[in-house]
Amino acid sequence: MTARNAPLRAPTDWTSPAMAARVAARYRGERLFRLAGLGALCLAGLFLAFLLFTIVRTGWSGFQHSEVRVTVAFDAPALGIDPVVARGPAGVEAIRRADFNALMQRSAAAQLGPAADVVSEGAWLALRAAVLADRGVLGQTRTLWVPVRSSIDLIAKGKFDLDAPEVSRGVSNEDIADYRYLAARGLIRTDFNEIFVSAANSTDPELAGIWGAALGSLLTLLVTIAAAFPVGVLAAVWLEEFAGRSRWTDFVEVSISNLAAVPSIIFGLLGLAVFLNVFNMPRSAPLVGGLTLALMTLPVIVITARAAIRSVPGSVRDAALGIGASPIQVIFHHVLPLALPGIMTGTIIGMARALGETAPLLLIGMRAFVADAPHGLTSSATVLPVQIFLWSDDAQRGFVEKTSAAIIVLLVILLLMSSVALYLRNRFEKRA
Amino acid sequence: MNQPTPKLTARNLNVFYGAKQAIKNVSIDISREHVTALIGPSGCGKSTFLRCFNRMNDTIDGARVTGEIRLDGRDINGADMDVVQLRARVGMVFQKPNPFPKSIYENVAYGPRIHGLAAGRPDMDRLVEEALRRAGLWDEVRDRLGDSGTTLSGGQQQRLCIARAIAVDPEVILMDEPCSALDPVATAKIEELIDDLRGRYAIVIVTHNMQQAARVSQRTAFFHLGAMVEYGDTSMIFTNPVQARTKDYITGRYG
Repeated sequence: MTARNAPLRAPTDWTSPAMAARVAARYRGERLFRLAGLGALCLAGLFLAFLLFTIVRTGWSGFQHSEVRVTVAFDAPALGIDPVVARGPAGVEAIRRADFNALMQRSAAAQLGPAADVVSEGAWLALRAAVLADRGVLGQTRTLWVPVRSSIDLIAKGKFDLDAPEVSRGVSNEDIADYRYLAARGLIRTDFNEIFVSAANSTDPELAGIWGAALGSLLTLLVTIAAAFPVGVLAAVWLEEFAGRSRWTDFVEVSISNLAAVPSIIFGLLGLAVFLNVFNMPRSAPLVGGLTLALMTLPVIVITARAAIRSVPGSVRDAALGIGASPIQVIFHHVLPLALPGIMTGTIIGMARALGETAPLLLIGMRAFVADAPHGLTSSATVLPVQIFLWSDDAQRGFVEKTSAAIIVLLVILLLMSSVALYLRNRFEKRA
Repeated sequence: MNQPTPKLTARNLNVFYGAKQAIKNVSIDISREHVTALIGPSGCGKSTFLRCFNRMNDTIDGARVTGEIRLDGRDINGADMDVVQLRARVGMVFQKPNPFPKSIYENVAYGPRIHGLAAGRPDMDRLVEEALRRAGLWDEVRDRLGDSGTTLSGGQQQRLCIARAIAVDPEVILMDEPCSALDPVATAKIEELIDDLRGRYAIVIVTHNMQQAARVSQRTAFFHLGAMVEYGDTSMIFTNPVQARTKDYITGRYG
């Protein structure tokens, strides 16, 4: 035994109680950590489930409405329509001029007795639509289901406690009496609300629809993606592939990161100042809304596109350059196709944010009341989140369910968008 | 003795990465008929030197090349030399196999397509087959040309990269440690292939495997610390080197 082999200290006892306690403590720590993670996930899931449950519970009835049965005699002379003209090329114009409202009032008064005033102020539109769809209706008698006023609709859906005293109930005794009169005679039914999915906004809840806002959102997003995607990707390509590194590009990089963090309402001010005041573009138009949102989305697209381009392996660039591809060919044949899934993810995130954005659009006038679906990029329009905001702000009780129903529509569109994005992403990744 | 005109010549070549000098005043003649090996310890600048011949150093920020390189007597850094055409004439095979993440066919067809070397699909098919045959890969991939190049084994990928370089009909092929990521069997195949390609293309190969240099090359240059220490016939360098530093490296005393 030489001094060199003498132990420096006592050998470690791996089975000592102190060691066992340390091991147990480690296991305990790991178990706790895992439980905490699971708990956090459950909590998040719970919140999400609660959110979805409340929205769907409140909003589901927004997709339904109550209708009352009315038999209408489409008497052409009484309507002031010449049946021959109605079938001709000027027919649509003649039908549009006819007084269907009076016909509606007469028919309701004759058939619904004391409950004649339950019919919605816009119910005559259903009569006109029937004639427009089929001119043969003129001169005949048809039975139609037309929408009722919102308060009657809400009674039918059981939204009020009918036994409560009138002052705290939210609906008048007359309306309840009307409803009971109709219900007893089987004249009222609840059905799919085709008005909600096909109309634009209205001051009457029973005539208000989401289609105008949905179309406005679609047009706005089209403008946003058409403006932001090419500009953002080209900026990213230039910064990554051509700009090199200098004080100037560092400054640009920092500026872009800062822009991504600027509150969206500031972009609304920018849009107001530039597009409306300098370029005199129309107010509340999808064109201006889309361009404003494009400004907001641009930094996000540039940042993610740069990251995606940077993640393309240098070996691919070398390989292409090595057989004599020009820098532009390297970018368009090799780098961009490989970076596309990443770029698309960033774009979709930006688009989803743009779809849900309200504040900047309020500043460029997209909070106006628009009773018509937009006809083009420059006609007045509103978008889904603004529509939700406007309805949630409305005092009429009938807009409560519309608000939630509109939220459902917005969520469904978001979900569709991300599904399409996911599908495209997977496809491009496989191809690459 | 008639000395054939060299394919590539370098005169007083210096390469700087920022302030650091990576290549110090190197002059060399590379002949058309031979395989020329560049050997030396890691970091001696042999890959940097190789990348001067097709100006791949242009793509590195802060790299600066002085001196002169001529291809068939024409200055490759001259105003009348297009770098894109230069890289087609001087092909390159990289250390790590780097096929495009595209089909095997597309990998080979890409070069001819961008340079307009094939007229129509049948012509391209012939060109692709010929390149793959010369790279010794045709029999292995003829039934799966549509598969992605990345599904091949490492050695097959490297031969695909060689086929890709051959497809644009280069005059010189630069190989930067083409076997360092491959197993011995795949390495043997590549070495065999290099031997087959000798004479048709001027080949310059960087390797830190001295046996490989001895096996595949006829001319060898030994690099150390950015300078070319010795250049001569491979048999001479490995059996009877003039410089002491070469001898020390060959015999494994350092490096």
